[in-house]
Amino acid sequence: MAEFLQFVFSGITVGAIYALVAIGFTLIYNASDVVNFAQGEFVMLGAMGTVFLGHAGVPLLLAGVVAVLITTVVGLALYRWAIVPAREADAVTLIIITIGASIFLRGVAEVVFDKGFHSLPALLGSNPIRLGGATILPQSLVVLAGAFFIMVLLWAFIDRTLFGKAVRAIAANRVAARLVGINTRIVVGASFALSAAIGAIAGILITPITLTSYNGGTLLALKGFAAIMLGGIGSAVGAVVGGILLGLLEAFAAGYVSASYKDAVGFLVILAVLFVMPRGLFGKATVERV
Amino acid sequence: MLSVDNLKSGYGRIEALHGVSIEVAAGEIVTLVGANGAGKTTLLRAISGVQTISAGRISFEGRSIESIPAHARVALGIAQVPEGRQLFAPLSVEDNLKLGAWNRRRGHSGNDIHRVYELFPMLRELRRTAAGALSGGQQQLLAIGRALMARPRLLLLDEPSMGLAPILVDQILNVVLDLKHNGLTVLLVEQNARAALAIADRGYVLETGAITASGRAAEIQRDKRVREAYLGV
Repeated sequence: MAEFLQFVFSGITVGAIYALVAIGFTLIYNASDVVNFAQGEFVMLGAMGTVFLGHAGVPLLLAGVVAVLITTVVGLALYRWAIVPAREADAVTLIIITIGASIFLRGVAEVVFDKGFHSLPALLGSNPIRLGGATILPQSLVVLAGAFFIMVLLWAFIDRTLFGKAVRAIAANRVAARLVGINTRIVVGASFALSAAIGAIAGILITPITLTSYNGGTLLALKGFAAIMLGGIGSAVGAVVGGILLGLLEAFAAGYVSASYKDAVGFLVILAVLFVMPRGLFGKATVERV
Repeated sequence: MLSVDNLKSGYGRIEALHGVSIEVAAGEIVTLVGANGAGKTTLLRAISGVQTISAGRISFEGRSIESIPAHARVALGIAQVPEGRQLFAPLSVEDNLKLGAWNRRRGHSGNDIHRVYELFPMLRELRRTAAGALSGGQQQLLAIGRALMARPRLLLLDEPSMGLAPILVDQILNVVLDLKHNGLTVLLVEQNARAALAIADRGYVLETGAITASGRAAEIQRDKRVREAYLGV
C-alpha cells in the first residue's frame, strides 16, 4: 500500500507537469490549429534560463521571472516569424515548421547554455515529508500548487474575460471572429505568448526534481502530446486529466514493471487511443445546427 | 456610401468574380440576387475583407479600403451577418453579442445589448444558452444582433432566409426594413429574390461572377428574364 501511494505521489507530480505542457499545446491548437512541437522547448528555456541567469549572479526569483519573460518573447517570435508567414499552409507543413523550430531552439540552447544537466534549489528545502508510509518531496507540493494556481488563473482568463472569450471565439469560428472585428493575429499571438509562459513556469517548477538540460524539452513535448491525445485534442479538461493520467501510468509502469519502459508508456497510450477511441476521453462532439 | 469597382476574386485558379461593380448609397436597401454559386457570398466576403481580391477597388464613405484588414473594416462601420450564421457555437448568446462589440471593447456594450434584447426579446430569455443550441431562426436573429453590436453604418446580410420557415423569413425581412428606417444602409444577398426585391430600393442580378442586370427593385421585378430565371413566373 505504501508502495502504491509512493507511485501515486510521483505520478501526480510528473503528471501535473505533463498537464501544463498539454495545456500549452491545447491553448495554441485551439487558437490557431497548430500542434506546436516546440512546446517542450518553452519548458526547457524557462528552466535553463533560470539556471544560467542564476549562475550569472541574478537572484533566483528574479532569474525565474526574467526567464519566463524571455521564453514568452520566444513564443511570440515563433508565431510572428514562423507561423504567420505560413498561415496558408496545411496542418502537416505547420507541424514540420514547429518541429524545425524545436530543433533550432535546442541547437541555440546548446550553444548559449551547455550540454550538461542542471538543477535548481527546491523552494521549500528537500527533506521528504512522510505520508501514509510513503514520502513526498516538498517540491512536489510546490509543483502541484503551482500547476493548480496556473490552471485556475488560465480558466478565469479564458472563461471570464472578453479577451479570453475572443480566444474561444477564434477556436469556434475563425472567419466569424474576423467578421466581428477581432484582430486574430493579436489574439493568437497572445495565445502563443501565454503558452510559452506556462511552459517556462512548468520547467522552473519541475527542475529541482527532474533536472534540466538543453534537450530536456523534446521528451516532455512528446509526453504532453500523448496527454492531449489521451484527453482529446482541443479540450482543456482533457489536457489536465490526460496529463495526470499519463503521469500515473508512467509511475506505475516504472514501479511495477520496469523503470526502463517508463518512457514507452506515453507512446503506447498514443497508439491505444488511436486504435480504440481516436477522439480521446474528452474529445469534442461538435454540435452545430445549420 | 459603398462603391465596388471592377472587383475580381477567386478561389485558387478559379475566378469567381469577373470584374463586378456595384454602388450602395446611404440609407438604401440594395439587394443582390442570383443563383447558387453566382459569387454573391464571395462579393460580400471581399467587401468585409475575409476574401482576397485580385483586382478592383472597394471604397467606403469615400475611402479606399482594399488594403485595410477585416477587423479594421468593422471599426470603420461595415458589419456582416455571414451565410449560415457562423455564430460562436459553444459561447452563450450574451457572449456572442459582447464579442460583436469587440471593436468598442473599451467602452460599455451594456446599452447595446439591451437594445438588441428589445429588438429580439426571445434572445434575452436565452442569454445564457450556448448559441449552437438555438433553433435556426433564433440563430439568425442572434447573428443579426451580433452584427448590430458593432454599431455598423453598412450592414451586409448574406442569405438571412436560408433554411428558415416562411413566417420567420417575413419576420427577419421586417427587421431589416425597421433597421433601414433607423438609418442603417443594407446590402442584402438573397436566393429568395421575390422576398428580397419586395423590401429593397434597388437590386443587382449576379450571374456566374458578373452583373447582368441592375436597377430599381420594381424594374427588376418586371424584367422578363429575371422573372423567368429567379421569380418562377
